[in-house]
Amino acid sequence: MRKFNHKDLLGMGQLSVDDIQLILDTADSFKDISSREIKKVPTLRGKSIVNFFYEASTRTRTSFEVAAKRLSADTFSLSASTSSMVKGETLIDTGRNLQAMSPDVIVIRHSSSGAPHLLAKGVKACVVNAGDGINEHPTQALLDLYTIRERKGRIRGLNIAIIGDIAHSRVARSNMIGLTKMGARVTIGGPPTMIPLGMEAFGVEVVPDPREAIGDKDVVMMLRIQLERQRRTLFPSLREYSAAFGLDSEALKSAKPDCVIMHPGPINRGVEISSELADSPASLILDQVANGVAVRMAILYLLIGGSKADAVDKERAAG
Amino acid sequence: MLWIKNGQLVDPVQGVIEQVDLIIEEGVVTHLPPRGVFKPEGDQIEVIDAAGKMIVPGLLDMHVHLREPGFEYKETIATGTLAALAGGFTGLACMPNTAPPNDCRAVTEFILKKAEMAGFAKVYPIAAISVGQKGEVLTEFGDLKEAGAVAVSDDGFPVASSELMRRALEYGRYHGLMVISHSEDRTLSGDGVMHEGVVSTRIGLAGIPDAAEDIMVYREISLARLTGCPVHIAHVSTANSVELIRRAKEENLPVTAETAPHYFSLDHNALRGYDTNAKVNPPLRALKDVSAIKRGLADGVIDAIASDHAPHSILEKEIEFDKAAFGLIGLQTTLPLTLALVREGVLGLPEAIAKLSLRPSRILGLEGGQLKVGSIADLAVIDPDIEYEFKAADVLSKSKNSPFIGKVLKGRNDLTLMGGKVVWRSMS
Ligand SMILES: [Zn+2]
Ligand SMILES: [Zn+2]
Repeated sequence: MRKFNHKDLLGMGQLSVDDIQLILDTADSFKDISSREIKKVPTLRGKSIVNFFYEASTRTRTSFEVAAKRLSADTFSLSASTSSMVKGETLIDTGRNLQAMSPDVIVIRHSSSGAPHLLAKGVKACVVNAGDGINEHPTQALLDLYTIRERKGRIRGLNIAIIGDIAHSRVARSNMIGLTKMGARVTIGGPPTMIPLGMEAFGVEVVPDPREAIGDKDVVMMLRIQLERQRRTLFPSLREYSAAFGLDSEALKSAKPDCVIMHPGPINRGVEISSELADSPASLILDQVANGVAVRMAILYLLIGGSKADAVDKERAAG
Repeated sequence: MLWIKNGQLVDPVQGVIEQVDLIIEEGVVTHLPPRGVFKPEGDQIEVIDAAGKMIVPGLLDMHVHLREPGFEYKETIATGTLAALAGGFTGLACMPNTAPPNDCRAVTEFILKKAEMAGFAKVYPIAAISVGQKGEVLTEFGDLKEAGAVAVSDDGFPVASSELMRRALEYGRYHGLMVISHSEDRTLSGDGVMHEGVVSTRIGLAGIPDAAEDIMVYREISLARLTGCPVHIAHVSTANSVELIRRAKEENLPVTAETAPHYFSLDHNALRGYDTNAKVNPPLRALKDVSAIKRGLADGVIDAIASDHAPHSILEKEIEFDKAAFGLIGLQTTLPLTLALVREGVLGLPEAIAKLSLRPSRILGLEGGQLKVGSIADLAVIDPDIEYEFKAADVLSKSKNSPFIGKVLKGRNDLTLMGGKVVWRSMS
């Protein structure tokens, strides 16, 4: 019986190849729940999950909420504006207050890198990192891995390009760690101002020119340009960015014929990806959203439910 | 009369260790007889047996933040100067970034008054370069010097204007006040919170490139060349800075430099777990920088070691990494971390002690840093071999922000004497 031996899910760095496989396999068994008529199993009945979103993100929060509800857990949401964070309460204080409600899981999204690590030290509940600063977004990477495996049948040996603002992207960081761990060859590209020093730490190849980076790829992952986070001048204009670094069908010609396109969303249409490509059969953008629920169900389940074997058992009992 | 017997006297001036006894009368060293020669007469003699211990001149920490006035919840002049005594320091120079900052006579006098009331280590105030540390208008160097300031610095608020820095050097030399530069180009360090490199990329924290320091070090050297006036570079942390200072010294420019123990004891890997106690400015750098700092210390490019003791309460440290304050406390760890350099063979013992006493004293134009007949008996008795876990309970500062808490250190100050009187004694 395979076990998930972690109290928290803080980043892809902490997961072994076996851990990742276990999560993806568990997600497989949860995926068809979402296609049933009654999309709910009693697996986590009586458990409570707090969604603590210090930084707004409707997508990720909704995905976690749906995942929790499908497992019959109770969910509570706490956002920065409703919490006492605004009154100067520290993260540790907030963690203690949350702990007083004895939740089983705290899902945290925070604008500071390392905030989930700090919270995890202070609470008994399992902490799931739903995105911290520019550090990691492990559940997004796991759903990306799941989506790639679903479409391509494997991850090992695939050529994958990640293009855009690498320096400020937690999605890129988590994916670089997860994909290389699972045996993919990862190439990154983007404006030189958005490629940080020390990329060798991730075991990826850096090819600044995106045309070159796309060449011969099985998967091209485009990153969102965080318009709201560009405090500094990293590129002169959106027009120039999209001309030099955006993906359109012309640029995609150098990739493999069956190359698929991914994007963590929400897309700035016409900036990172042309509208036409975003809606084409090569686009996995909507699969990513759908798979997000199954992967997050798997994570919640593995943290507070048990092993994969009884996941399936309980599911059968429920069905 | 006080007789310190059986110890080894470290003489930073001659660069030797001598087997001599110390005879102290009325607070002054009066005889230094070879070990075993002195025969006491009468019974009015107090004896300290220093067998197996080193006797060193009272150490001088030339870069300390005492936080008073304004931030007494982090540290006070009393708690900081007591921690200094525990660390073997009989004197310290304190930086002006208090609230209000030390930019006028009243604040300098307040600091000296408080230090006198506390009665622990001697305090040498460093005044601000500019009014309000705003980088706009020079402070009244003459008045500040008269009030007791020993140097000027806008530490914590790097002087952005090259023109103002130039005038500070010229004006500082006229008044005999060393100008101490916190070398940082803020437009480049921006909102960075750690060294920009492999680790910052890996753990997703905004980086501070080493060039942010190098550029300003180069500027200060250029200004020293232009004006012929002395400048002191605080907390050198990068390999490039060491190289720039090396070349400046080869050119005989009046440039001196200090580093802090964390820059030769830790590298940026210490931040992998988001330990805010290791968040300092300048940040902990890469391994190549750590090696360059050691080389710079070994060949004398870096003149002094100072703690850059920067206390912060738990309120500023037990929070998200990017929101946490920069700084760590160092008064009680500087000596053991420096002794580690001696065991590594980077520095000889006399030179290590010189970097903590004689050289900072000379840079600031102060007496001290040596023990000879006629010297005031400000000294420390050090046990170089004792190993112990450095615990939060050992910290005498008000704040406990040290990445070395829980680590095993080797070497400790056992006794501190000022004016021939024991003013601090370690518990064990
Ligand atoms: Zn400084
Ligand atoms: Zn300082």
